[in-house]
Amino acid sequence: MTTSAFVALACGLIIGLGAIGACIGIGVMGGKYIEASARQPELMNTLQTKMFLLAGLIDAAFLIGVGIAMMFAFASPFGA
Amino acid sequence: MTIEIEGAAQAAAEHGPTAGEYIRHHLAHNSAHAQGIIDFSNINYDTVLWSLVMATITAVFLIMGSRRMQAGVPGRFQGLIEWIAEMVEDQSKSIVHGDRSFIAPLALTVFIWVLLMNSMDFLPVDLFARLFAWTGHGEPHFRVVPTADLNGTMGMALVVLALMLYYNVKIKGAGGFVHELFNAPFGAHPALWIPNFGLNLIEFVARTVSLAMRLFGNMFAGELIFLLIALLGAQWGASTSVGTSLALSGLHIFAGSVWAVFHILIVLLQAFIFMMLTLVYMGQAHEGH
Repeated sequence: MTTSAFVALACGLIIGLGAIGACIGIGVMGGKYIEASARQPELMNTLQTKMFLLAGLIDAAFLIGVGIAMMFAFASPFGA
Repeated sequence: MTIEIEGAAQAAAEHGPTAGEYIRHHLAHNSAHAQGIIDFSNINYDTVLWSLVMATITAVFLIMGSRRMQAGVPGRFQGLIEWIAEMVEDQSKSIVHGDRSFIAPLALTVFIWVLLMNSMDFLPVDLFARLFAWTGHGEPHFRVVPTADLNGTMGMALVVLALMLYYNVKIKGAGGFVHELFNAPFGAHPALWIPNFGLNLIEFVARTVSLAMRLFGNMFAGELIFLLIALLGAQWGASTSVGTSLALSGLHIFAGSVWAVFHILIVLLQAFIFMMLTLVYMGQAHEGH
């Protein structure tokens, strides 16, 4: 297997595994938010701001991984 | 993109770039010399230019708002500035417990500046390429989103780090800060000095690096998806069948619109997150462990 084959495999793994973590995290958090909104509808707006903030933080590691994977795909430092 | 239409339509493709070349051209910075991974002698002139331009616009916007301030019913411009300032003030009041006379304006400036820099991503990807071609300057590398450059975001994160250290020393005193560095999470036993210091060091480094890379990763990935969608439109002249060309170009317009609308959310969210984290880090410097 050539270097570029390994780089392509690496990009796929980075994005795929990162997506698993990010999606499960957002799913759990979103579920809790909806549950909380059902119990206390008056807190929906204050919690919504915090929920978006947390969504951005949860996505951070995944998107850092996407950035690195894109860099490998188009400007690979491994000489692929 | 019209470069590709012409290149592909000629079918011999002598000067039309391939997809990889197109993307590599659009991802290269206008820099002093070619980039390695880490090269401190290199400057990305396009990042510097656009961050300065956006900072100037931010300053002009906010200063004009403060000059035109009037009591009574506010106009729309003043209302907009008051809305943003009130939002930032509310967040800073709940997070930072101390003298906020510098921190709250810092948060406001960071929010509007990062928002403007992120919004450069909404311009069409080939706009400046065409402008340069029309004015006869050839095809230089030119990236217009300063926050899609790790140098840009790392610069801002390093300033936040410097402010963290400054406020830690100012609130706790130099001796108090060193005491906290060596005794903070685990306890005051001399055997724990090294683990405490290690953990505090990792905390500072992780905060700075994650602040920089979160913004960079979001903006870089967004810009790259815009480029990939633009490649769909380049298929207009590349396919032999009219149906495929029309379908791909229609998909280009549709996907481009959907992604642009979603990217509005990302732009706002990332600016808000950067501001909130700046406030949180300043607040933690005030409180201590």
